[in-house]
This record gives sequence, structure tokens and C-alpha cells, in this order.
Amino acid sequence: MDDLYWRLVDFLQAFAAGLLVGGTYGLMCVGLGIIFGVMRVVNFAHGDFMMLGMYAAFYLVTGFGVLAFLGPYAGPIVGAVLAGPIVFAIGWLLHKFLISRVTGARVISAEAEGHYAQIILTLGIALVLANGGLILFGSTPLSVQTPLSRESWEIGPVFLNQARAVGFIMAAICATGLYLFLTRTNLGKALRAAADNPIAAAYVGIDVDRAHRLAFGLGVGITGVAGGLFAMSQSFQPYIGFDFVIVMYAGVVLGGMGSILGAFWGGLTIGLVQQMSTLILPYQLQNTAIFVVFLIIVFFRPQGMFGRVWERT
Amino acid sequence: MGKQRVYLRQYAAIAIFALAYLALGFAVRNSYYQLMMTLVLIWATLGLGWNMLSGYSGMISFGHAAFFGLGAYTVTIAFVKFGITPWLGIPLGVIVGVVAGVLIGIPTFRLRGHYFALAMLAYPLAMLYVFEWLGYQEVSLPMKRENPAYYMQFSDQRTYMVISMGVMVACMIVSMHVERSRFGRSLLAIKQNLPAAEAAGIDAARWRMYAMMLSAAMAALAGGIYAIILLVVTPQSVFGALTSAQALIVALFGGVGIFWGPVIGSAILIPLAETLHAELGYILPGIQGVVYGVAIIVIILVAPDGIYWKVRDRVMARRASPSVAPVAPALHFTETIPITAEAPARRAFGAPVLELQNVSRAFGGLRAVDEVTLSVPEGMIYGIIGPNGAGKTTLFNVLNGFLAAHQGSMRLAGQEIGGLKPHEVCARGVGRTFQVVRSFPRMTVLENVVIGAFVGAKTDLEAERLAHEALARVGMGGGQVYALAGGLTTRQLRLMELARALAPRPKLLLLDETLAGLGHDELEDVLPIIRQVNREGVTIVIIEHTMHAMVKLADHFSVLDHGRLIASGKPADVVKNPAVIEAYLGKKWMDRAQDQVA
Repeated sequence: MDDLYWRLVDFLQAFAAGLLVGGTYGLMCVGLGIIFGVMRVVNFAHGDFMMLGMYAAFYLVTGFGVLAFLGPYAGPIVGAVLAGPIVFAIGWLLHKFLISRVTGARVISAEAEGHYAQIILTLGIALVLANGGLILFGSTPLSVQTPLSRESWEIGPVFLNQARAVGFIMAAICATGLYLFLTRTNLGKALRAAADNPIAAAYVGIDVDRAHRLAFGLGVGITGVAGGLFAMSQSFQPYIGFDFVIVMYAGVVLGGMGSILGAFWGGLTIGLVQQMSTLILPYQLQNTAIFVVFLIIVFFRPQGMFGRVWERT
Repeated sequence: MGKQRVYLRQYAAIAIFALAYLALGFAVRNSYYQLMMTLVLIWATLGLGWNMLSGYSGMISFGHAAFFGLGAYTVTIAFVKFGITPWLGIPLGVIVGVVAGVLIGIPTFRLRGHYFALAMLAYPLAMLYVFEWLGYQEVSLPMKRENPAYYMQFSDQRTYMVISMGVMVACMIVSMHVERSRFGRSLLAIKQNLPAAEAAGIDAARWRMYAMMLSAAMAALAGGIYAIILLVVTPQSVFGALTSAQALIVALFGGVGIFWGPVIGSAILIPLAETLHAELGYILPGIQGVVYGVAIIVIILVAPDGIYWKVRDRVMARRASPSVAPVAPALHFTETIPITAEAPARRAFGAPVLELQNVSRAFGGLRAVDEVTLSVPEGMIYGIIGPNGAGKTTLFNVLNGFLAAHQGSMRLAGQEIGGLKPHEVCARGVGRTFQVVRSFPRMTVLENVVIGAFVGAKTDLEAERLAHEALARVGMGGGQVYALAGGLTTRQLRLMELARALAPRPKLLLLDETLAGLGHDELEDVLPIIRQVNREGVTIVIIEHTMHAMVKLADHFSVLDHGRLIASGKPADVVKNPAVIEAYLGKKWMDRAQDQVA
């Protein structure tokens, strides 16, 4: 009886932890989902933009202490939110000078060749960001210091880490805000139009390149915020991006490629899988569990993931 | 004969390169530089492995570290745990790599494009964590004082360089032979146009799997050699994302789809990155990765196929410009084949070659092909007409195995062909062309047709002979067979596609709007060729929009509308059928057509 009780507690604890970490994953996936949805670009550097968001938050809060006046509770949260515009700017510039040269209306006709260039280019950007990060920030693992990460709320026998809980709430707020932006504002609608049919969007006067730039900036910016939030409860180093690319793609693919709301639920599910896997697997293998889930998803839910296999012959 | 000479020249080039490289390596006294020169060879070998799969078949892998790491760990664990010499451990690693390649390939080949790349990235990262969890964070190969050579331990760095060179040269030679054989050609065809390759009889799944096995073998070989030279293996260093990236980067930088590519890329990038790391590594710890990243960003924007091709195009352009471009004028073939302008007279036909019974295919609620029953006798030109969206092309896609029929049976010469894959249908003697020509744009006309001939030929030589024969049948000859398909006119492309379909000597040809996009004069060129092919015993089913050409060509008309066969019979009767006029032709057409047909 006692044994069963503790097993149940373990289960609930893992479930709660998965939910909380999943909220942040969800926000990251939303960022990636916007980019894929609007641009049909596979952004391999996405994890590295998350890494930039983490460092941006770190330097705002702990490193340079710009936000020290906000105190240890509000400071990290504001820092995470401010990481968004910083990463947005970096993404915007990278799109303007590099990524726009292999994406957009010009290359849509050349499906296969275009994808190839995008995959390679974003891989190059990922390498430069991760290793440039190593040069700039060093390899010492860091985290954003906040007393929240050491405190918990207790719901019955289940502990909720406050840093993660706050991250979850902020992530949910950001995702909702983004959803409203995309569905309620003209700019958001233009973005979705460019996603649905770039050529038709161009005909009705939407500047597709500009829409793409905005989407890319927004996508990486959102993920930067998620990174900043995540940095409160997770230590990080410049190479963290590569692992998270798979985590994020797992979420996006699970939610259905191109669906922004779906990406959030997908990320949430991935968080649950990662945390609950610790119930049956050794702790070190939680990321392996995600990779396996990712592979299972792409194998067994191929619809909507390949596009049409046979285009008109 | 020409082929032999090319081989000899390439062998000579490889030998000169290898000897010069080793001479340089032996002249260098500094053991650090010797190690670096050895590493160049190892990364080049890994790059050759990557190129074997991704370079030739176009499926980009971000996960070759999986095979590299398995090779390295097999050698290490066999040595440390079981005392097995690397002389055996390395071949063992290769076997492990190949097995992993098959196990990874079976599910992963179902994925396309970036999903394939992403899934491949997941494998080595998953392995990385597994090996860390198993407690192999850092495994070193112990020094053996007795009989070191038995354990592949040499005091002289240069021995390793010679071994690595031998391995790399072997991989180069294998790659070279693959490139020039049916194997490599098929992979290139798959890369350039998958549906066309499958319709031309290429078994994409089989060739891809072979490529994966060979590719994994080379990567595992590189990993095994890496382990015995570095003497210490960590999950991060062999399974890490940087290792996968390195495989891709050296190949991409040096040249994709050519065995010199990874060698060139490795010889430039590895020394550059290593030297910068040695000089500046303590202040700029990630400088290697930055160099690799910048290298592929620049290469993808400036020379997306790599240095080799860029240089070769330059040299070719310079060589070609003074000596005047086209080798020979396009042959005019109207003399060789007599034109019969009038509609075919009453002809005798044989037993049914193709029989469809209630064939249906739906997309969701839309019945694109709806209970079609028809029978095509041997020797006939059978025309299928119908408005846009009537299901004509879908019917062809069902026939040649691109799409599965949801219902009904399809028999070719009495044998069921429903459920067969496109290459199997092709192998049974069904050739097809496409509404929008599907060529392999970066191959010559001859190479395009050779691809089609493979399915009907035992040897590569025979395939070439069949290709020449098919090209002659459609009246293409002389210099134009050596022109790149990417630069042809519509008429030439149509004829080339026809030749590709004819090359394996099919029983039945499916022509999908072969006459579309041709001008009036071009039409007069192509029509007699189709008739001639038919007269030589090939049964033809043709979809066409150009009615007036169809009337001249076809012996029998069937009309499709909304997936259903609404009329079938002699052309003259069918075009008078009121249902057909309503669905497709229109009243005006009929008024005009009556003069022509009657």
C-alpha cells in the first residue's frame, strides 16, 4: 500500500515536472513552428537562438546586472522577456543578409534544391553561433540566478519548482499573445497568408520577403524568450543548441508541421515524455527517450510531413 | 575502350596525389604536423563515406557520426575488454557500422528531405547519451610494450599516415567505380528526379540501401582508424554533432558527388581549422567550429556544389570557348522515317496486352479514377482523351505503380501488375513519359537514356548499346546526345524522354501528352516517330489534348470524364458521341471536326 502511494507520488511529481518544463518547450516549438509554417524553412540553428536568448537573459540579469534594480524575483523574468527583442534583432539581420538568399519566392519553385541550400546554410549558422558563443561566453555552464529556482510550491505531496512554474505561466502568456497577434491583427493575418500560399500572397500585395523576415525574427525572438525563462532552472553552455534542435523538432512535428497552436501542445507533450521517461529509464537517457519518440513520430505520422509525395507528373 | 582510358588516367592521378602527399608527410619532421596530415586523411575518408550516400543520392545525412562512432567504439571496446587486436577490431567495426546502416536505413529511408536529415541527426545524439550512460565517458587504448605492431601501435607517426592513406585511397577507388557504374548512375538519377528514375525502372530502395551500407562502412572504417591514432575515445568526440558536421562539410566544400571532393575539402579545411586552433585555441576556443561554419555558409552561397565543380566549370568554359561550341549539328531525321500523313488505315491487332477491370482510385472523397474497364490489343495506338482533371494522368500513375489502385485488377499480357512498384512495372515492359518532361537535367542526353536502358540490360556496356539504339529510333544522334539535358528544347526533351522509355525495349508505352507544347512543325516531326515505333511492334497508350494530332494518330479513342470512361470506340464514332461533345469537345469543334474525320 505504502509502496503504491509513493509510486503514485513519483508519477504525479514527474507529470508536474513534465508539464512545467513542457510549457517552456511549447513556447520554443511555437517559435520554430512560425518559421516553418511561414517560410517552409528547416532552421537547424534554432537551438542556437535559444542559447543566445539564455545568454542575453544571463547578461542582463547576472552578468552586467542591468536589471539588478528589479530585484531577484522580477529581474530574471523581465530579463527573459527582454531577451526576445535582442534575439529578434539578430535573427532579423541574419535573415536579411544570409537566409533570404536561399529562401523566399525565388526558390520556392526549385523545391528540392532550395531545401538543400537552406539545410546547409542554417547548419553553417548553427556552427558559427555555437562556436562563436564558446569564444564569447566561454564553456563554463551558467544559469540565471534567482531564488525562485530553490523554492517550491507544494500541492499535496507534489513539489512545483517556482522557477519552472513561473516559466510555465510566462510561456503560456507569450504563446497566447502570439496566437492573438497572428489571428487578430492585419500584420499577423498577412503572415499567415504568406504561409498558406506565398505566390498568391505576393499577388495580393504582401511583401513576401518582408513577411519572412518578420516571421524569422519573431520565431527566433519567441524562442529567445523561452530560452531566457528556461535559463532560470537549467544550466547551459554554448553547445546546448544541438540537443534542443531535436527536442523542438519533435514537438513541432508532433503538433503537425505548420500548425502554430499545435506546436505548443507538441512541445508540452515532449516535456512530459522527457520527465516521465525518468520513471522507467535512467536519468541520463531522458534525451535519448525524446529522440526515440521523435523517430517514432516521423515514422508513424508521416501525413502532412512530406508534403505530397507525388506532385503532378 | 574510352572508359578504360578514363580509369587509367584517374588511377594515375590518385597515385601521383598519394605519393606526393606521403613524400610531403615524410619530409615533415614535426610530429604534430604529421598527426594533422594523418587526420586530413581520416576526415577525408569520413567525407567519402558521407558522399557515397548523400553526395550521390541526394539524401542529406547529418548523422554520419553514428557510424564513425560505432567504428571507433568497436575497435576500442574490443581492444580494452577483450584484447582483440585492432587489425581485427577495425573490420569488426566496419561490420557493426554496416549493420547499423541497414537498421537505420530501413525505417529512415521512408523520410524525405529535411525529415531525413533531422532523423539522421537524432541517431548519433541518442547513441552519445547511451554510451555515456554505459560508462564509456572516456576510454583509452592501453600501450602494449610487447609486440606493439600486432596491436597496431607504432612509434613512428608516419606508419599511421601510410595506413590512413591506404584506407582513403581504397575508398576513393571504390567511389570512383561506383560513380561510373550503373550503381552510381542510378543514385544520381534518384537524386535528380526520383519519379523519373523509378518510372525508368530504377529500384530506388535497393540502390539507396547499398549506398547506405557502403557509406556506413567507410565512416566506420574512418572511426576505427581514428581510435587507434588518437588512442582515446569519448562519446562527444566521435558521436558529437561536430563530427557529423565535419563529414558533410569536407565533402560539400570540396565537391559533392565526386570522389575528389572530400579529399580536396579535407586537405584545405582541416589544416586551416587545426592550425587556427593550435595558434589561437586558448583565446578563441571555438575557432575550429567557426571556420567550418563560415566555410559552408560561403560555399553554399558562392559555389553550392563545391570547389571541384566550380574549378572544373571554369576550366571547361575556357577550353570550350575558342574551339566553337556545338560538336555536330542536330541530325535531321525526316529522311530516315517516311511520313504517312493520313490517318492509319484499318489495321489488324493481336491479343490484349493491357486489360483493366473496374480500376478505381480515390483521393479522399474525390474519385479520380472510377471503375475504369478497358482493353488494349497488341500493336494498337490507344488514345485517351478527356478534359483537365478527368483523371487521365492519375490513371497512368495507377498503371505504372506510382499510385495504388483502391479497387480492380490490371493485367499486362495476362499477368496481374496491380500492387507492383514503378520499377517492377517498368521491368515487365511498360515504359512511360510525363506530362511535364522529367529529365535528369545534369546528365547528358545519352546518360539520361542509359538510365532507362539499365532495366533491360545485363551489363553497363549493353545498356549503352541499347541507349544508342533507342536514340537512333527517335532520330537523335551526332553531337546532341552529349549535350546536357538541362539545356534542351521542348522537342528534344520529348524525344529524349521517348528514347529513355524505349531503351529497355518495352512492350507497352504510356505517353502522357507527349505532343503538348510542340509547335506545328515540331508536331510533324514527332508524329511519324511515334507511328514508326508503333509499327515496330510497341503498343502505345497515349493521353493527348491536341485533338487534331490524336485523330491522325490513334486507332481507338477512350474518353474519360470525372474519372469515368464515358465513351470508347473508333475515333470517328467517338467524336460524334453527344456525351463526349458535351463533356469535352464542344459543339463548335464537332462542326469543324466532321470535315476532318469524315
